[in-house]
Amino acid sequence: MKKTGLKTNDLILQTITKIVLFIVIIFSFHLFFAGHNAPGGGFIGGLITSGAIVLLLIAFDVKTVKAILPINYVKVAAFGLLIAILSGIGSFLFGVPFLSHTHGHVHIPVLGDTHLATAVIFDLGVYFVVVGVTMTIIQTIGETE
Amino acid sequence: MFEFIIWISLALIAASSLLLMIRLIKGPSVPDRAISLDAIGINLVGITAIMSIVLDTSAFLDIILLIGILAFIGTVSIAKFLEKGEIIENDRNNQ
Repeated sequence: MKKTGLKTNDLILQTITKIVLFIVIIFSFHLFFAGHNAPGGGFIGGLITSGAIVLLLIAFDVKTVKAILPINYVKVAAFGLLIAILSGIGSFLFGVPFLSHTHGHVHIPVLGDTHLATAVIFDLGVYFVVVGVTMTIIQTIGETE
Repeated sequence: MFEFIIWISLALIAASSLLLMIRLIKGPSVPDRAISLDAIGINLVGITAIMSIVLDTSAFLDIILLIGILAFIGTVSIAKFLEKGEIIENDRNNQ
């Protein structure tokens, strides 16, 4: 508040954020699962999720976001790296080289014939690493004292 | 005829992006630059939609939504910086 001492009111931005946030997060999940055959994947899904959290940080403040999302983002990045490495090591159990992936068609009762790939586990690790690193950078350089 | 209309509209959107670029570089004040950046983002959405008609594919429809979300977040953060002087506040109720 540099211009006036009055209490500013962000009613429109905060109301829009409460609705748009869920649309953005659902779109990021859609991009995450659309990867491997279409544009999308873990990296861009993680970037869109962190974009949603940044929108929450802009509309509200650091204290509110810490109250509703009490997450240590450094640990999120480490967890994602662990998932990615374990999905690579899992190929050793079948006697194939590191990071080998496979896919197949599975019949699921509601969804019907579904194309499942083990590369989505590696993509999940990439997703967590991207969310963790991006939010750590933004929280470190973005907050004012 | 339909293809002719598509190429004409693509050329017009490209020309308007070039004119907005002049406003972005010359712009006397910072709000002018912010508005021209937002309009360039909307022009990018239009160009992507027309290119997905030309190439007859639906692969670019996700990208339209992506550009829309990123342009929205960018414009909101520029507007908040111009209005308040900081983008991410620590505690907005008692400062």
